[in-house]
Amino acid sequence: MKIKAHAYGSIAFVERNFALIKRYIGWELVFLTYNIVNALAIGLIGARLGKEMVLYLIVGAMVWGFLSILFHEISESIAWERWEGTIEYTFMAPINRFTHLIGNCLHAVTYGVIRSTLILILVVLFFGISIKGANLPALIVILIVSGLSFVGLGLVAAVLPLLSTEKGAYATHIFEAVLLLISGVYYEIEVLPIWIRPLSYISPATYTLRAMRAALLHGAGFGELMGTIVLLLVIGIVLVPLGIIVFRQAEFYAKKKGKLKRSG
Amino acid sequence: MKEAVKCEGLSKTFKRKERIVALDNVSFTIPKNEIFGIVGPNGSGKSTLIRILSTLLIPDNGHARIFGYDVVREYGKVRPLINRVSVDAAFFKGISAWENLRYAARLYGLGGREAKERTLDILGRLGFDRKRYYEPLEDLSRGMQQKIAIARAFFTAPMLLLLDEPTTGLDPRSKMEVQGFVRRAMSNDGLTIVLTTHDMKEAEALCGRVAIIIKGRFVALGEPAALLKKYGKTNLEDVFLEATGREWQEIEYED
Repeated sequence: MKIKAHAYGSIAFVERNFALIKRYIGWELVFLTYNIVNALAIGLIGARLGKEMVLYLIVGAMVWGFLSILFHEISESIAWERWEGTIEYTFMAPINRFTHLIGNCLHAVTYGVIRSTLILILVVLFFGISIKGANLPALIVILIVSGLSFVGLGLVAAVLPLLSTEKGAYATHIFEAVLLLISGVYYEIEVLPIWIRPLSYISPATYTLRAMRAALLHGAGFGELMGTIVLLLVIGIVLVPLGIIVFRQAEFYAKKKGKLKRSG
Repeated sequence: MKEAVKCEGLSKTFKRKERIVALDNVSFTIPKNEIFGIVGPNGSGKSTLIRILSTLLIPDNGHARIFGYDVVREYGKVRPLINRVSVDAAFFKGISAWENLRYAARLYGLGGREAKERTLDILGRLGFDRKRYYEPLEDLSRGMQQKIAIARAFFTAPMLLLLDEPTTGLDPRSKMEVQGFVRRAMSNDGLTIVLTTHDMKEAEALCGRVAIIIKGRFVALGEPAALLKKYGKTNLEDVFLEATGREWQEIEYED
């Protein structure tokens, strides 16, 4: 009975978020078009430098696209609930916060995989790139494992709109922008100023990108990638519970200060 | 457990630009199967009290128990027993009534078919045109949205229903339909309702007992007839004047 209730609880968020996507399908097409064009434009920057460079840049655009979808969908689902005023109803429902947040993450991962796959197919077709030598199973494993760590970051970021709808949304975007700068999305982190580099080492995106490029460009095997996969797994295992704990603390604070109401 | 709600010394202060005392040492008990009315102007503490009972706000002092469970420490046991309608029908306005209600149903562990049957039954009794069930909520009138909010609260079969100004802003017909529905719902064994309202006549007509709240304090509490008798008045607006020293219309105008 409890498992059924948890399953229904998690499905609620998946269904609701896909219903919202369907309702605003026009905007979804706009964002998808923008992402595709963005990935193509970034790929074209490397066109004169050879196919490997194109692929290097496309991996950056792809991974960044996937990770930012996860990050956005999780944190913005909370922001959206704040805007609509429904968060009080979600919070007073008899589901625990784990079920609630996992439901949002489940939607984000599903949606992210669908969108990223679509973009990857179109980009590969556009450039006529062969990925025959790539280690695709490793690519999938890295995507899943890194998704876990980004879900954790998304959960931490979701705290911001919980506490302040508008200012929280500003802060979430700044947080995301910093990740883009430090993670070596379109360049090696060695080109960053030395004082920024320590930040690169704590971003899971840095390791995701390195591993995905190794698997896609050089066909690196699982043995070679195992260290990074384990590292990403550890980051995810630490960040997801941490994100849920931080969210619960923030919920307690919001309930203490009366910040859950629509105008709060 | 005879009491549906028991509050003792509830206090809540908000620190905004200035210190706002929302609730000031409020104590009361509501037995099962009663409609308990709370009347007062905007900012008097009605919604703060409802939020505390809804497990959405933690009081600074005092305790609130619902069917014996503490709303702060045992919120997990309280939540399956309660539901709420607030003055603003909070929904995802871009999606349909059905999609919103299906979402709510899942949160309460209900399946889609069961949710549809129950909500269509309630909406039918509220005079809602079922053809509009699949339209985005943003295309529906305020009255229709509020009826969906009422269906959302009732279809989970709560034992305690917190109605926070459910008829504010409704047209007279919708108001009557909602009031009639609430009255009929009370025949359900064990249902208890806390109703906050601006409408003194509504409180008088629906509630077993009424509390008048102003600046976070209950200044009068009793059966409507007993309050009228105690203050020697013929309506609750005059009782309000007597109990608070202020005209009800004057406060409504200020709000």
